[in-house]
Amino acid sequence: MTHAMIIPVLLPFTTAVLMVLLGERRLGVQRGLSLLSCGTLLMIASAAVVHVSSGAIEVYRLGDWPAPFGIVLVLDRLAALMLALTAVVAAVSVAAALTATPAWDTRGRHFHPLFQLQLMGLNGAFLTGDLFNLFVFFEVLLIASYCLLVHGRGGERLRAGLHYVVINLAASTLFLIAVALLYGLTGTLNLVHLALRVPHVAPADAPLIRAASLVLLVVFALKAAVFPLSLWLPRAYAVAPPPVAALFAIMTKVGIYAILRVHGFGLGLDSGLAAAAAGPWLLGGAVATAIVGALGAFAAQSLGTMTAYLTLISVGTSLIGVGLSSDAGWSAALYYLAHSTLVLAALFLLTDATASQRGHDRFERSRLVAQPAMLGTLFVVGAVSVAGLPPLSGFVGKLTILQATAISPAMPVLWGVLLGTGFLAMVALARAGSALFWKTTEERAPTARSSLARLAPAITVLACGVALALFAAPILRFTDAAAEQLADRRAYAARILREPDQPTVRPFSLERRH
Amino acid sequence: MIEPAIALSLIIGLPLVGGSMLTTAAGRRSGRAAAWTLAAVTAAAVGVVIAAAPSVFAGRPVIGAWAWIPRVGLNVTLRLDGLALFFAVLILGIGLLVILYARYYLGPADAPGKFYARLAFFMGAMLGIVLADNVLLLAIFWELTSLASFLLIGYWQHREGARQGARMALAVTGGGGLAMLAGFLLVGQAGGTYEISALVGVGDRVRSDPRYPVALILLLLGAFTKSAQFPFHFWLPGAMAAPTPVSAYLHSATMVNAGVFLLARLYPVIGGTSLFMYVVATVGLVTFVVGAYVAVFKHDLKGLLAYSTMSHLGLITFLIGLDSPLSNVAAVFHVGNHATFKASLFMATGIIEHESGTRDMRRLGGLWKLMPHTATLAIVAASAMAGVPLLNGFLSKEMFFAEALELRHLGLGLLGELTAAVVALGGAFSVAYSARFVHDVFFHGQPRDLPRPLHEVPRVMKVPVEILVATCVAVGLLPGLTVGPLVDLAARAVFGADLPPYSVALWHGFTAPLLLSAIAFAGGAILYWALQRRYNLYLHVPLAWTARRLAYGLVGGLTHLAERVTAGLDNGSLQRSLAVLFVVALALGAAPFVGGGVAIGERAFVPVTPLGAMAGLVLTATAIGCVAWHRERLVAIILTSVVGLVVSLAFLGLSAPDLALTQLAVEVVTTVLMLMALARLPQTSPRESSSPRRARDLALACFVGIGVAGLALMAMTRRLETISWYFIEHSLPLGGGANVVNVLLVDFRGYDTFGEITVLTIAAIGVAAVLDGVRLPRPYAAARPLSSPLLLVVASRWLLPLALVVSVYILLRGHNAPGGGFVAGLITSVALVLQYMAHGSPWAASRLRVDYARLAAAGLLVAGATGAGAWWFGKPFLTSAHAEPVVPGLGALALASAAVFDIGVYLAVVGTTMLALVSLASASLSAEDR
Amino acid sequence: MELLAAGAIGLLTACGVYLMLRGRTFPLVLGLTLLSYAANLFVLAMGRLAVGVPPIVASGASGYADPLPQALVLTAIVIGLATTAFTVSLALMLFSASGTDHVDGGLGCPQRDDVGQR
Repeated sequence: MTHAMIIPVLLPFTTAVLMVLLGERRLGVQRGLSLLSCGTLLMIASAAVVHVSSGAIEVYRLGDWPAPFGIVLVLDRLAALMLALTAVVAAVSVAAALTATPAWDTRGRHFHPLFQLQLMGLNGAFLTGDLFNLFVFFEVLLIASYCLLVHGRGGERLRAGLHYVVINLAASTLFLIAVALLYGLTGTLNLVHLALRVPHVAPADAPLIRAASLVLLVVFALKAAVFPLSLWLPRAYAVAPPPVAALFAIMTKVGIYAILRVHGFGLGLDSGLAAAAAGPWLLGGAVATAIVGALGAFAAQSLGTMTAYLTLISVGTSLIGVGLSSDAGWSAALYYLAHSTLVLAALFLLTDATASQRGHDRFERSRLVAQPAMLGTLFVVGAVSVAGLPPLSGFVGKLTILQATAISPAMPVLWGVLLGTGFLAMVALARAGSALFWKTTEERAPTARSSLARLAPAITVLACGVALALFAAPILRFTDAAAEQLADRRAYAARILREPDQPTVRPFSLERRH
Repeated sequence: MIEPAIALSLIIGLPLVGGSMLTTAAGRRSGRAAAWTLAAVTAAAVGVVIAAAPSVFAGRPVIGAWAWIPRVGLNVTLRLDGLALFFAVLILGIGLLVILYARYYLGPADAPGKFYARLAFFMGAMLGIVLADNVLLLAIFWELTSLASFLLIGYWQHREGARQGARMALAVTGGGGLAMLAGFLLVGQAGGTYEISALVGVGDRVRSDPRYPVALILLLLGAFTKSAQFPFHFWLPGAMAAPTPVSAYLHSATMVNAGVFLLARLYPVIGGTSLFMYVVATVGLVTFVVGAYVAVFKHDLKGLLAYSTMSHLGLITFLIGLDSPLSNVAAVFHVGNHATFKASLFMATGIIEHESGTRDMRRLGGLWKLMPHTATLAIVAASAMAGVPLLNGFLSKEMFFAEALELRHLGLGLLGELTAAVVALGGAFSVAYSARFVHDVFFHGQPRDLPRPLHEVPRVMKVPVEILVATCVAVGLLPGLTVGPLVDLAARAVFGADLPPYSVALWHGFTAPLLLSAIAFAGGAILYWALQRRYNLYLHVPLAWTARRLAYGLVGGLTHLAERVTAGLDNGSLQRSLAVLFVVALALGAAPFVGGGVAIGERAFVPVTPLGAMAGLVLTATAIGCVAWHRERLVAIILTSVVGLVVSLAFLGLSAPDLALTQLAVEVVTTVLMLMALARLPQTSPRESSSPRRARDLALACFVGIGVAGLALMAMTRRLETISWYFIEHSLPLGGGANVVNVLLVDFRGYDTFGEITVLTIAAIGVAAVLDGVRLPRPYAAARPLSSPLLLVVASRWLLPLALVVSVYILLRGHNAPGGGFVAGLITSVALVLQYMAHGSPWAASRLRVDYARLAAAGLLVAGATGAGAWWFGKPFLTSAHAEPVVPGLGALALASAAVFDIGVYLAVVGTTMLALVSLASASLSAEDR
Repeated sequence: MELLAAGAIGLLTACGVYLMLRGRTFPLVLGLTLLSYAANLFVLAMGRLAVGVPPIVASGASGYADPLPQALVLTAIVIGLATTAFTVSLALMLFSASGTDHVDGGLGCPQRDDVGQR
C-alpha cells in the first residue's frame, strides 16, 4: 500500500506544525494553509472511498513491524466513509469560521493549528487498527476539541468547556482501564487479533472480557452522548462557536464509530462473548437517548439548544441501527450517520446566520431576518431533513432503519420510538420555524444581509445532504457492502495478520528464553 | 405522444418545481405576472393530461417508472388511470380557477411570489399523490402536501391565529402521515411489494396477513387525519385562518380529499373486510352528522363551510366504507360535486369578506339587494350543498341515501334502521346550515355596523365562481353527458370490470331516497326556523369542550412534561454528570458478574517484599489523608505529591525503572503547576455538600474502587498469553536497543508516542491560548507558595547546567538503559522550572526568552521528519535504522534513527512543559506587578 | 503482592472518585491525578507483577517483566500531564471569570444535583 494512507493523519499534523513555526502574525498564510489542507484531505478521502469501494482492505504497517506486534492502519469501507464525512464537514466548518464576522480565527489564538490537529485526531481514530492507539488518537482529538470549544472564551463557554473536559478525562481513565484489562486477558491490542482471540478465551475469563467490553461501551457511549451519559452535550454544543459546533457534528459520530468498530467488529456485537454483553444495553440506551432528545427539542427555547437536542435524536436513531447488530441495521446506521452529520452541521451554521440577522436565536418575537426567503428556505430544507420528513436524506435513512428493524423482536417499540421522535421533532421544528421567521416585530432595523459567501458553507453542506437522498441507491450499496465487510473478520485477519494461523502469543513467564 | 414516464413526471414537475421557481421570480415583478406564470404552468400540465387522457379512456392506463432506491422499494413509478385522471382534472381545473380568483383577492400588502410559489408547490405535491403508483412515493407527496398546507395557512404570518392553525394542521396531518407510512411498510412487507398495482394482485395475502389489522388502523389514521374525520377534524376549522383561495382549494376541494382518495385507491388491497367496513363507515357517519350539526351553530361563514366540508367528507368516507360497488361510484361522484359547489361557496364568502370586511353572519344580512349577482351565484351553490334537485349535489345525495337505505336489507337488523335515521338527521342539519347561509347573509334584514359600505366586486373576480356554479347546474341537469364517463372510468379503476350496471340520472321515480330527501328538507327548514325564532341562534356560544381544545391541552401538557423532564435532567451540574458516569460504569462493569463468575485465577501470588508493604502503608496513609484534608489545599497538594512519589517507588519495585523515572519527573512538574495554580485560587474549600450527600459520594467511590480492585486482582491472578515475547526477542537485534520499553516507545509503537507528543503540544498551545493576555487576580495575598529561599537561588544556578548534562546523557543512553526523551525532557524542564521558583517568575521570564511554542513544534517536526525519512528507503512511516558506533566515555551507544525521533520527543516535552508553565507564570506575574 | 497492588489501585480509585465528586475545581484536579495514578498502576498490573526483572535485555538477566504495559503507562503518564495542565488553566480562567471556583461557576445548585433524587 502506498504511503497515501497515512496522509490524512500527517497532512493536518504537518500543516499545524508549520503554522506554529511560522507564528501567528501571518494569519493570511495560516488561512491559506488551512484551506489547502482541507481541500487536499477532501480529495484524498474521496480517492480512498473510490479505492475501497472495490472491497479492498488496505493495511499500513507503521515502523514496518508485522501485525499484531506493531501498530497498523486499516483502510476499509467504514474508515473511508468516516474520512470522507470528516473532510466534508471540516472544509465547510473552516470556510464558515473564515466568513464569519469577525472571523473566528481573530477571536482567539491558534485557531487554525488546533483545528488541523483536531482533524489529525479524527482521521487517526478512524484509520487505526489498534485499540491503544485508538485511545491515543481519542486523546488527540479530545484535547484539540477542548481547546476549540473554549476558543474565544466567555464565562459560559469556559464553564461548559471545563465540564466537557473533566467528564471526558474521567472517561479516558475508564478507557485506559478497559483496554488494559482486555490486554491482560487476551495479550494483544490489535483489533483483528482481538476479534480472533476473544472467542477462544477460557470460560472463566468470559465475565472479565464482558466487563471490559461494557466499560468500553460506557466510554464510547459518553463520547456519543448516549443517555444518561448525554447530560454534558446540550450545553457544550449550545455554547460552542458555531463553526466548531458544526465540526462537532462529527464528534458524537466518533463514539458511534468506535462502538461499531470495537464492539461490532472487534468484540463481536453479533457473536461471541461480548455479544451477550453489549447488545441489549445498546438498544436500550439508544431508545432512551432518542426519547430524551425529542423531549429536549420539544422544550428548547432557542434554535441552538434545539439543534443540540436534535443531535441526541440522531445519535439514538443511528445507535438503534447499530444495536440491531445485523448487516441491514449497520448499513442503515451508517447511512443515517452520514445524513445526520451533514444536516446537523448545516443547522448549526444556519443557527449562526439566523441569530446574526435576528439579533438572537431564541424563540421570542424579534425583528424580521434580512433574507427571509433565503434563510427560510434553507431552514425548511434542513428541518424537513433532520426531522426525517420526506423526501430528503432523513426520510431515506429512517425508512432504511425501519425496514432493518422488521426482523427484530423489539420492532413495535423501535418503530414507535423512531416515528414518535420524528413526530415530536417535526412539531418542535414547526414551532421553531414559525417563531424564528414569522413571529416578527414591525421594527425594520438595518439588519445586515449575509453575503452569499457567508451562507455558502451552510448551502453546500445542505446540498450534500440533498445529494445523499438523490443518490441514495449507490450510497446504500456502499454502506451495505461496508456492513458485510465488517462482518467478515476472517478477511481482515488474512489481510492484516502476517500468518493468521501461526501462534502469535506465547505464555508470559519470567524465565528467560534462549 | 412523448415517453409516458416523462409525461407523467411533467404533470407533477411542472407545478412542483417549475411553477414554484418561476412564480417566485415573477412575484418580484408583480402579482399579475406571478398569477399568469402559474396559470400558464398549470395550463401546460392540463395539456399533458389531455394528451394522455385518450389512452386512459381506451382502458390503457399510462404508466411510467424511474428507479430511485430499489434497495428500500422506493421508486418513482407513476400511473395515470381513471381514478388518477378524475382527481387530476379536479386539481388542475379548480387550481386554474383559484389562481384567477386569487389574482384579485390578494391585497397590495400580500407578497404574491410567496403565495403562488407555495400554491404551485402544493398543486404539484397533490398531483403526485394521485399519480403515485408506489406507496412510499405516495407517502412522500402526502407529507409534502402537509408541508405546503402549513406554509399556506401561515401565509399571513403576522397573525397569531394563522401561525397556530398552521402548526396544528401540520401536527395532525403530518403525524397521520407518519402513521400511514408505518402502515404502508407493513402492507408492503405483507404483500412483498410497494407498488400499488402489484399489491392489488396480492390483496388476499395482505388481508389474511396477521399484520393486516394493525396496518389497516395505521393507514386509516393517515386517511382520517387528512380528511378531517372525527375526532381528528379540529385542525380544519383552524386552517380557515388561511387566505380564502387557499381554503377553497386545499381545505375544501383537493387536499382534504386525499384521505378519501387513499381509501379508494387502496380499496382493492385493504378494503372489503368487515373490519374495514365497520370502522370506515362508522367514522364516516359520525363525522357526517357531527360536522353538519356543528355547522348550524357557526356564526363565522368560513367556520360554517369548514364544518360542512367535514360533514361532506364524512359522507364520502361512509360511502367508501359500505361494501358495495355502487356506493363507491357515489363516493367518487360526490367528491367532484362537493369540490365544485364548496369551492364556489368559499369564493363567494371571500368576495363578501373582501367587500364587507367581516364574515360574521350576525353582522351581515340583506346582501341580496347590495350584491345581487354574487348572491345569485352563492344561493345556487348553497342549494347544491343542501341537495336541491336539478343541481349536482342532489344526484350524489340521492345515491348516498339509496346506499344508506340498502343497509336495511343486509340483515343488520336495528342497525340498518338506525343508520337510515341518522342519515336523515344529518341530511336535515345540512339543509339547516345551507338555509342559514342563504338566509342570514342575503336576507334577514339589513347589514349591521359593517366596517365598510358594500358594492359589487370587479366582474373578473366572479368569473371563477360563475364557471363553478355553471358546472353544478350542468352536472345536475345532464349528469350522463358531462361527468358520467369520467366518474364511471374512475369507479372502474377502483373495482376493475366487475362494476354492476347503474344509472346516474335526475329522475328515478318516487323512491325511498326521494322520500328521505323530502323528510330532510322539511326537517331542516323547521329546525332552522325554530333555531332562529325560538332559540335565538345569535346568542349561541360554542361548547367549552371541543376536540380542538383537547388537542391544545395535549400539546400544552406534552410541552410541560418535556420542559419538566429536560430541566430535571440538564441542570448544568458537573457533579451529577460525573456521578452518573461512575454509576453507569459501575453498573455495567458489575453486570457480567451478576450470575457469579467472581473468581481468583490460578497464577501463583508474588511474595510481598518489605519495600512493597512499606509503600502500601505510606500510600494508604497519604491517600486517605489527602481525602480527609482536601479542604486544606496546600496540605492536599503535598500529600498528593507524596502519593506520586510512592507510586514511582512502586514502579521501581515492580521492575519498571523507566516508569519510576518518568513518574518522578512528572510529579515535580505537576506539583509546581498545582502550587502556581493554588496561588490564584482560594486556599481552602468551604464545606458545602450535605453529609448524606458526602456519604453517598463516599459509598459510590468505595464501590467503584472495589470494582476496579476486583477486576485488577482477578486479571492479575490469571495466566497471560501475550505478544510481548516478540518485543523482548527483537528489541536488540531489530530495534537496536536493550531497553525494551524505550524501543517500544520509539520504534515498535513509535506511532503512539507520535500521537502522544502531539497531545502534549496541543495541550500546551491550548493553555497558552486560554491564558493568553489574561491577568489573573491574586485574591489571597497571604499565600505566596512561590517564595524564593536563598539556598534555592544558589542551588538553581549550578543545577541548571548539571541538569542539562544529565538530561542529554539520559536521552542518549535511553535506548539501552532506563531513560529516553520523556525523562530527559522533563528533567530539563524541572531544572528550568527551578529557575522560576528560585528567582520568581519575572526574572526567569525576562532571562529565558524562548518561544516555547516554536520549540515544541520543532520537536514535533523532528519526530515527524524522522518518521517520514523512512519513505526515502521505501519503508513505511516510522521505520527505523540503527548503527552502534563506540563513543569514548559513553561506550557503544546505539545510534538508531529512533534516537533522532527521541530527540524530537525531548524537544517537544521541554517546549510544551515550559510553554504551559510560562503562560501560567506570566498570567500570574502580571497581576502582582501592576 | 497482588492483593497489595489491587488494594492500592482500589484505594487510589476510591479517593480519586470521591475528590472528583466534590464541587470545587481544586479537589477535582487532585482527584483526577489520583485516578490517573490508579489507572497507571492498573495498566502495569495487567502485565502481571514481577519483581527485580526490568525489561532491559542483558546477558545473565533472570527474566523480563512484560514491557508492553510499561510502554503504555509511560504514554498514559505524559498524556495525563498534558490534560492536567490544561484543566488547571481552565479552572484558573473560570475562577477569574466567575469569581468562584465552584465547578458550575455558581450555576448548578449543589443541593439539587443529587443523582439519588432523579
